Amino acid sequence: MIEIQDVYKTFGENEVLKGITATFQPGKNNLIIGGSGSGKTTLLKCIVGLHEPTKGEVIFDGENFTHMNFEQRVPIRTQIGMLFQNSALFDSMTVEQNIMFPLNLFTDQSKSEKQDRANFCLERVNLAGKNKLYPSELSGGMKKRVGIARAISMQPKYLFVDEPNSGLDPVTSILIDELISELTQEYSITTVVVTHDMNSVMGIGDHIIFLHQGKKWWEGSNKEIAKTDNKELNNFVFASPFMRAAKASL
Amino acid sequence: MFHSLGKYILLLRLSFRKPEKFSVYWAEIMREMVSVGIGSLGIVAIISLFIGAVATIQTAFQLISDFIPKTVVGGITRDSTILEFSPTISALVLAGRVGSAMASQIGTMRVTEQIDALEIMGVNAPGYLISPKIIAGVTMIPLLVIVSVGLGLTGGYIACWASNDVSTNDYLRGLTDGFNPVIATVCAVKAISFGFVITSICSYQGFYVNGGSLEVGQSATRGVVWSCIMILFCDLIISRLLL
Repeated sequence: MIEIQDVYKTFGENEVLKGITATFQPGKNNLIIGGSGSGKTTLLKCIVGLHEPTKGEVIFDGENFTHMNFEQRVPIRTQIGMLFQNSALFDSMTVEQNIMFPLNLFTDQSKSEKQDRANFCLERVNLAGKNKLYPSELSGGMKKRVGIARAISMQPKYLFVDEPNSGLDPVTSILIDELISELTQEYSITTVVVTHDMNSVMGIGDHIIFLHQGKKWWEGSNKEIAKTDNKELNNFVFASPFMRAAKASL
Repeated sequence: MFHSLGKYILLLRLSFRKPEKFSVYWAEIMREMVSVGIGSLGIVAIISLFIGAVATIQTAFQLISDFIPKTVVGGITRDSTILEFSPTISALVLAGRVGSAMASQIGTMRVTEQIDALEIMGVNAPGYLISPKIIAGVTMIPLLVIVSVGLGLTGGYIACWASNDVSTNDYLRGLTDGFNPVIATVCAVKAISFGFVITSICSYQGFYVNGGSLEVGQSATRGVVWSCIMILFCDLIISRLLL
């Protein structure tokens, strides 16, 4: 479980996050949604420690992550898997080397054990046999799946995903969403997904936080989102004519 | 200025933290050594041969007279090659070749979130990315300078043989006459210092890139410019202190 308590983040004069409090439960797809500039990626970066909150705390299973130094954070960080918006695969390494990289650094497994784990992760994301390809030889969807394979290679307790559907076609987007959802339930991972893709919201949003102007504006599930009378959320979710028509038909 | 200096020193401190796993870092050091050493051998060989030849021809042009022994040309070429041409000119060329590549590589990793990915995994990103480059720089650039000295003096020999301004025998006798070992020490100190300056400054410029591909290019340019300035500054300080 991840708890964030009264998190503020300021860049110079610009206050991006204004006192956000939330709890993310394991085995659920926790989605952070909001318009551009609402602070969702900043919140994600504050949670994983890429940004330090100006005020407030981030707690991983009772351990206060915010007050830890680099060395103290390492045991928690080895339990974190993250899929970046552009996958962030290491260009100079093959797919297999990318997946084995955290295993090389943080485990004492033999080479064959690490290769077995890499093969398992690749099979899990339907990319078996692509071990020797370089990131430049992969499509956008394949890069995302390799990113997921690398993120789960250390059997993480926490999975963070930043804009999983950006730059993908609708079919591949759904496949990536389903994969994230399956992994979350299969391994009871605490998953936090930042997205503004409405298909993801409606498809896998077990627990949704809507950010607006740096504040938590609404919290609920995908089942509750259609019934809400929150004006800003309605403007965001039902911005397109298609979504308005879908809501009207409910 | 002082803010940047402080950030640079802190980054260096982070770069030399205890590695997560030595074997992984060792592989990275070897890779960087090959990249810096073998990858730069060609350009260093070419410039050294030409600089040695030009230094010999110009020294001969200025000093050949009936009152000066012709062996002086060999001695001056040797001293100027070992003291200045090989370490400094090689370092300036290597700042362009090696330094810009390092700044671009690290900068690209920054803007494509690869450095964030390392940090999320719990890897000390400055240590993993920068320390192997600095170690490769301070070990391989002195070796390249040794090669450069050898080829520079060979270039001078070829110039003597081709031009007949000075006989090759006089040139060779000049190379061995009155050799002061201090110049070899100065050359080594310069080479190690320049290796550190190039790799650390360019890595620093790449590591703190903000933005996109345009900023990566600008960081590489800044890295090369600052490296060149600091190479010349260190050259002055080392020459003043050790000679």
